[in-house]
Amino acid sequence: MDDNIQFIDFPYEEVTFRTTLTKKFANRKPYLPPNPSKVYAFIPGTILKVHVKDGHKVKKGDKLLVLQAMKMDNLIVAHRNGTVKKVYVKQGETVPKRHLLIELK
Amino acid sequence: MSLRSKTTELKRRMQEAFQGGGEQALEKQKASGKMTARERILALLDPNSFHEYDLFVKHAGQDFDMDKKYLPGDGVITGTGSISAWPVCIFAQDFTVAGGSLGYMHAKKIAKIMDHAMKMKVPLIGINDSGGARIQEGVNSLAGYGEIFYRNTQASGVIPQISVILGPCAGGAVYSPALTDFVFVVDKISKMFITGPEVIKTVLGEEISMEDLGGARVHSEITGNAHFFAESEQECFEQIKRLVSYIPWNNEKKAEVFAKKAPKSRQYKLDSIFPTNPMQPYDVRDVIRALADDSDFFEVHELWAANIVVGFGRLDGQTIGFVANQPMVLAGVLDCDSSDKAARFIRYCDAFNIPLITLVDLPGYLPGVDQEHAGVIRHGAKVLYAYSEATVPKLTVILRKAYGGGYIAMCSNHLRADFVFAWPTAEIAVMGPEGAANIIFRSEIKASDNPEETRKRLIEEYRQKFANPYVAAAYGYVDAVIEPNETRNYLIHSLTLALGKQEIPPKKKHGLPPF
Repeated sequence: MDDNIQFIDFPYEEVTFRTTLTKKFANRKPYLPPNPSKVYAFIPGTILKVHVKDGHKVKKGDKLLVLQAMKMDNLIVAHRNGTVKKVYVKQGETVPKRHLLIELK
Repeated sequence: MSLRSKTTELKRRMQEAFQGGGEQALEKQKASGKMTARERILALLDPNSFHEYDLFVKHAGQDFDMDKKYLPGDGVITGTGSISAWPVCIFAQDFTVAGGSLGYMHAKKIAKIMDHAMKMKVPLIGINDSGGARIQEGVNSLAGYGEIFYRNTQASGVIPQISVILGPCAGGAVYSPALTDFVFVVDKISKMFITGPEVIKTVLGEEISMEDLGGARVHSEITGNAHFFAESEQECFEQIKRLVSYIPWNNEKKAEVFAKKAPKSRQYKLDSIFPTNPMQPYDVRDVIRALADDSDFFEVHELWAANIVVGFGRLDGQTIGFVANQPMVLAGVLDCDSSDKAARFIRYCDAFNIPLITLVDLPGYLPGVDQEHAGVIRHGAKVLYAYSEATVPKLTVILRKAYGGGYIAMCSNHLRADFVFAWPTAEIAVMGPEGAANIIFRSEIKASDNPEETRKRLIEEYRQKFANPYVAAAYGYVDAVIEPNETRNYLIHSLTLALGKQEIPPKKKHGLPPF
């Protein structure tokens, strides 16, 4: 075994092992429970149109914005009644996957 | 015309075809640090063994003035030869000829050499270096890929198929290597992706370099698409030569038996490699080397999912597929990637009559939301499937921890291991003493005046009683508890017995492994 390996403590159930991590494990994203008030991009793409502004009241099914990706115009609608707390994107902006688009309250 | 002038004419035509994309293009290929297609074939095969076919094939492009163009060999060199006197069929795409693009006749040449390989039941080696489909030939070029994929699938598990990525391999082209047994890549040279950086940028707005998207390191460390990583083309060819020494020509044969050699016992001493404390790490590859002939171990998927180790070695001269949990990485747990890696290797060995030796030392499966959501159930099930399905000799040695589902999965008696051995350090139980004591004695611990002390005492009691190989041995789930230094003897003896075993699986068209 290579003497230069730096081992770390790895708690597993109730035991702590001395071991190393894979890059993938070390870089994994922590789990965030879903927040129903926040609308995220489900695919990377371009914001084609924004239908609402901060403070707008919306009903379930109202148009929020159009996210164009993979040659498809995806209409994003409000999944519940509420008020737009903040719009985080502008028309023409390109957004990565999981980018926060709109927050409702 | 005399024979002599006819021969001169032949030589002139051959010389013309050997030029590939011409001197300039060949120079450019070399300047980019790559060998030419012809150099690659000659470097890989035994000297003077290469016999080329279809050198004079002409491309079939009719549109866009393609009919006026001469593309030597239509951008691919095909033929037969040998590696260490081992016959192989081979093709190498020539990037200097129309970017190695795949046209109708180019694909026909590849399909033809694949058909030869299947008919003669010899291995197929494909060297990929191509810009992709030849757009000018339209749907005919797509048809070509389809014909290759179909043949890859038909040949799967019948003849060894080896893919070498020595340049770009993009779009549909990646699926031929993905359907083959082993993929070799070279740092800075190999590039594989379905959609390239350009398309990703236009469609999704994400910017990434070719290297970061689908370079050799990415496929060796992250995706697992590549099985072998090399720093140079020469090193890659040495790896291929080494691989073919372990595997049989086809699924009806056994791998060549080599002269037996003792392990290098001075260098690899189990006493100094192996810590008995189950929390301490060690490199399980050293245990393999302590057991294998000449301490020789050829690792597959070395850089991917390193928490499990798979690869080839020999025992008593016979090729063995080793599968071992790696306590040095993530404590040796099974997770999505390591399950995929192990299951794939087990199925490979089973398809090509290579006995399996499994070394067990794992605390269980990796907990976590990411694992559960990535489908660790579906991925983990592949290991159970692969071991249960395999009919080659299956020998298992339990070194230390074998807890819960991990114990069952790692080629236990219950999945029909032929022999299961355990070291005296083995701990075979439904779960670790800490977890088990907390569940079994929950009320006792709670009711105690000093819960912490009671807990410790009960854990220790459980450990004494159950964290050993003797409970499993009492039920016959372990065939023998053995001294570590006796392991090689036991393995050689039981391998000799198991080589003659006959298991006839139930008749079916094919099973449904969880992929």
